[in-house]
Amino acid sequence: MPPLAIEVRGIRRVYSAKPAPVVALDRVDLHVAPGEFFGLLGPNGAGKTTLIKILTTLLLPSAGTARVFGFDVERDTKKIRRIMNMVAGGEQSGYGILTVREQLWMFTQFYGLAGGDGWRRVDELIEAVGLTEQRIQRVSTLSTGQRQKMNLARGLLNDPWILFLDEPTLGLDVSAARSLRELIVDWKRAVPGRTILLTTHYMAEADELCDRIAIVDHGRILAIGSPDELKRRVQRESIFRLELDHLDGGVATLVRLPGVVSASEAAGAIDAATRQTVVMNLVLEDDGVLGQVVGALARTGSEILGLRKSEPTLEDVFVELVGRGFAESDAEAAGKAG
Amino acid sequence: MAGIIDLVGRAGIGPHEAADWSRRQELMTDLRSVRGRAYPRVIGLAREPSWVLFEILLPFLATAAFVFVYRAIGAPQEYVGFVVLGGALTAFWLNVIWMMANQLYWEKSQGNLELYFAAPMHFMSILFGMAIGGIVMSTTRAATVLLIAGLVFGVTFSVDQWALLLGVFLLTLAALYGLGMVLASLFLVWGREAWHMGQMLTEPVYFVSGLNFPVARLGFLGALSVAFIPLATGLDAMRQLAFTDAAFPLGTPDPLLEVAILTVMTVVSILAARWMLITMERRARRDGRLSIRWQ
Repeated sequence: MPPLAIEVRGIRRVYSAKPAPVVALDRVDLHVAPGEFFGLLGPNGAGKTTLIKILTTLLLPSAGTARVFGFDVERDTKKIRRIMNMVAGGEQSGYGILTVREQLWMFTQFYGLAGGDGWRRVDELIEAVGLTEQRIQRVSTLSTGQRQKMNLARGLLNDPWILFLDEPTLGLDVSAARSLRELIVDWKRAVPGRTILLTTHYMAEADELCDRIAIVDHGRILAIGSPDELKRRVQRESIFRLELDHLDGGVATLVRLPGVVSASEAAGAIDAATRQTVVMNLVLEDDGVLGQVVGALARTGSEILGLRKSEPTLEDVFVELVGRGFAESDAEAAGKAG
Repeated sequence: MAGIIDLVGRAGIGPHEAADWSRRQELMTDLRSVRGRAYPRVIGLAREPSWVLFEILLPFLATAAFVFVYRAIGAPQEYVGFVVLGGALTAFWLNVIWMMANQLYWEKSQGNLELYFAAPMHFMSILFGMAIGGIVMSTTRAATVLLIAGLVFGVTFSVDQWALLLGVFLLTLAALYGLGMVLASLFLVWGREAWHMGQMLTEPVYFVSGLNFPVARLGFLGALSVAFIPLATGLDAMRQLAFTDAAFPLGTPDPLLEVAILTVMTVVSILAARWMLITMERRARRDGRLSIRWQ
């Protein structure tokens, strides 16, 4: 049986600090299969970067074991470094005096590519990430988006089997972030077995990219699953947003129906013909109850103008698990740092 | 996207095969890393013309000041040659302090350090690359200062053993940059104090290295106590070999003794740098204080 791409058992990491040590990771267990696109989702200070540092051999765990493709992060550092790479958001690595092409070539040397092979690899990657026009431009003159594309190209120079992405779209505008995400997905798809560990605190990014996600907070993994599995954990009931032309008897008409947990009027609107519509949030025990609701509405003569099922987001999952939102968690982390 | 797909140059090779390198692959990666890290310094020669002002004109003016002082006090003519040679070698010391000793600290703040640690080459390759790039850079500057000052002040060299002079020069650079490698690790551990340390060391080292006078003028014990500074020992040996007609003060060590001292210093400093790097990496991984930018 081939080894897991990432196997973490009981990892704990404590930083010495005053007045008290900081526990960055607390008994974390994690399994990532080869070929998986795995996300670590959590607010600032959750321990995501610490875990990446351990897996990329930059940091030792205080306790526990971690393996990358079967190689131990404490003992087999060289082997891990030969098959992995990493890219961080806001990365300013390299030397501004070099051109994009030269900078990437310099890094090919650190991965042992022969001079000519290195230049060829660089040119291929520059084209792939769309930096052909900037190839002989100095690194110091690149925009943030161009810089991050170059950083991604650097991360792919050694054709890694596992790529660690630490907040790769941090600080990018919507268009640049989308472009980068597309590149990452295309690169991964090209060869089966390529594995990506992504840390992010952008919920939508994790939702869009990841096969599975671990939600992390205060150094602990609170839940692991596919985005859909995680959302189902918080969606125990079916929630619909319903718009009617009118509703005789008000929401009480629906609340009396079996299987309807609650019905509440959300907002009213006046259409062009000055006819009032009724918008309501309807919580049902399950989707099957919807048929009875529609039947009851037909009997009262109400016309359904709109019906939309509300899907929970990963933010809802996070709030359910942690008891607070991301923004509050980030503010809390910032307060501690300050 | 075709480019990314085409990149797969090792179809059928799994992660375990990809991680299994031969000794030759390891060695070639280390050598290529030296070349890669030296590259920005060599290419920087042509990209930053400001060095002409800061590293040629200013050292030349400082040298000129000493030449005029020696002439005014009627010092022997060979002292002009001593000062010119010392002025030329200033470029190497500046390079060692600012672009070797301080470099890893700067690399850390840029985020390069953790990329270097996470790459598969031996970290000593990075230090050797920095040193070789620095030597190419500084030799160009030193040669320019030597040529201009030599012509302007009419310095006459009298060399009997060119090969030995060249050997001492190379050995001095090896010992000097070996010291730079040691300082690079030390300065990284010291963090922000490194910059102040660099500034603090500049003038005292200029003085005790005898950049502007024969180091034996410090007396035998004085000369002995600064023998651990490669610049002092190397410069003294080079002066004796470049100005064989000159009269040197009593107590001036034999150049061959200085060659022996430089050889020992080179070996010791490179071994010490290697040991310090290994220690530093272990500490960095244990404490998380060296690779993380905010710490």
